[in-house]
Amino acid sequence: MIEVKELQKSFGDAHVLKGITTSFSKGKTNLIIGQSGSGKTVFLKCLLGLFEYEGGSIAYDGKIFSKLSEDNKRDLRAEIGMVFQGSALFDSMTIAENVMFPLRMFTKQSKSEMNDRVDFVLNRVNLADAHHKMPNEASGGMQKRVAIARAIVNNPKYLFCDEPNSGLDPKTAIVIDNLIQEITDEYQITTVINSHDMNSVMEIGEKIVFLKNGFKEWEGSKDTIFKTDNEAVTDFVYSSNLFKKVRKMYLDENN
Amino acid sequence: MQYLHNIGSYFLMLAEMFRKPTKWSVMKQLILKDIDDLIIGSLGIVSFISFFVGGVVTIQTALNVDNPLIPKYLVGFATRQSIVLEFAPTFMSIIMAGKVGSFITSSIGTMRVTEQIDALEVMGINSINYLVFPKFIALMLYPFVISIAMFLGILGGMAACVYGGFSSLEDYIVGIQTDFIPFHITYAFIKTIVFAFLLATIPSFHGYYMKGGALEVGKASTTAFVWTSVFIILLNYLLTQMLLS
Repeated sequence: MIEVKELQKSFGDAHVLKGITTSFSKGKTNLIIGQSGSGKTVFLKCLLGLFEYEGGSIAYDGKIFSKLSEDNKRDLRAEIGMVFQGSALFDSMTIAENVMFPLRMFTKQSKSEMNDRVDFVLNRVNLADAHHKMPNEASGGMQKRVAIARAIVNNPKYLFCDEPNSGLDPKTAIVIDNLIQEITDEYQITTVINSHDMNSVMEIGEKIVFLKNGFKEWEGSKDTIFKTDNEAVTDFVYSSNLFKKVRKMYLDENN
Repeated sequence: MQYLHNIGSYFLMLAEMFRKPTKWSVMKQLILKDIDDLIIGSLGIVSFISFFVGGVVTIQTALNVDNPLIPKYLVGFATRQSIVLEFAPTFMSIIMAGKVGSFITSSIGTMRVTEQIDALEVMGINSINYLVFPKFIALMLYPFVISIAMFLGILGGMAACVYGGFSSLEDYIVGIQTDFIPFHITYAFIKTIVFAFLLATIPSFHGYYMKGGALEVGKASTTAFVWTSVFIILLNYLLTQMLLS
C-alpha cells in the first residue's frame, strides 16, 4: 500500500502539487487521471522518487520514502517496476536482455535461472518468440509488453505505469490494460497508472484519483464515476458524445 | 550565473561517477563495449588522418626549409617534434572530440530523451556511474590510440619524404633520432591522459543534463564538441607551460 499525505511540489514559482492526500491499495489498479498540466506526471515522478518534494510524505507499506537512508531507498527502488510512456527499453540490448536487466543488477541468480525467469515473464506477456529481437524491431504494443515484462521480472511490490496505452490502437490498448490488471491481481502488486485514456478508466479503474490544477479534485472507482455529480470530473470524463451516451444509459438502467 | 551552475553540476557529476558502483559483472561488459566503440572504433580514422597529416607536415617542412646550409635530416627532426609534441596528442584529441565526443553526447542524450536514464534511476541504479564511468575507464586506453597516431604520423612523413624526393631514407631516420628527449614522450602522454578525461566527461555531462527532444540532442553534441575543444586547447597551453618551460 502507498499512502500519500499533503504532497507539495513546486518548480520555481509554479506550485504544481498543492497538498495531495490519497492512498493506493495492494492488489488493485489505481488510476491517476486529469487534464494535461494537472500535475499527473509530476505526481507520478514524486511517487517514484525521481522528483524531490517540498512538503508532505509518501509511505510505501509504512516506510516514509524521504526518511529512508540512501541504501534503503535503493532497496525500495529494487521493489518498484515501472512502465514508461515510451517504454524506455534499452535500445542497445535485445528484448531478452532488456527483461533480464533487473535480474542481472539486483539478484545473484545463475545464468540459467535468469533465462528461465525471462522465458516465464515473456510467455506471461505473450512474447515467447521475441527474445532475440531488438526493441526497434518490435511494434508499439510489443514494446509495451516488453516494458511490462521488465517491470515484473523481479517480482516488484509496486508497479507504476505512465500512459501505458498512449500511441496504441484500441484493441492493443485493451490487451495492455487487461494484462496490467491480471498481473496486479495475480501477484498482488500495488499498481498506479497515470492515464487519460477513458477506456482504461472504465475497464480497470478499481480506484481513480482525479487531479485538477495540482489538487485532488475527486476520488472513487469505475463504478462511482458514473454517479458522480462533480462537474470537473464529468466535464473531463464525459467530454466525448460516446461517453455521455454510455453514462446516460448506465444512469437510466440504474434509476 | 548559468556557467557557474554548469561548472558546479559538472563537478557533482564527477563525484557521483565514483559513488554507488554498478555490479562488477555488468560494469565489465559496459567497459568492454565502450572500449570497442570509443577506442577500437576510432583506430581507422586516427590511422588515416595521422598517416596523411604526417606526410603533409613533412612536405611543408621540406618545402619551407630549402636553405642548403640547413642539413637534410632536419625534415625528419621537425616532423617528429611536430607529431609527438602537438599533432598526435592535441590535434588528434580535437578530432576525437568530434568523433568520440559527439557519439558520447548523442548516445547519452538519446537515453535521456527516451527516458532510459529515468528507467535506470527508478531501478535504483546510479545512472551516472553506469553511463559515464565505463567511458572514463575505456578512454584510459586513449594513449594507445595516440601511440599509433605518433607512429603512423612519422611513418607517413617518411613515405612522403622518401617517395616525394625531399631527402633520403637515411637522412629522415637520422632526423627522427636526433636530439631525442624521452621526456617529450612522457609530456605527450600526460597531456593525452588529461585530454582523455576531458573527452569522457565533458560530452557525458552535456548528454546527461540535456533537456528537450531530438533537436536538442544535436545541439548538445555541438556544444559538447565546442567546450571539449576549448578545454583541450586551454589545458594544452597550461600543461605545456608547466611541463616544458
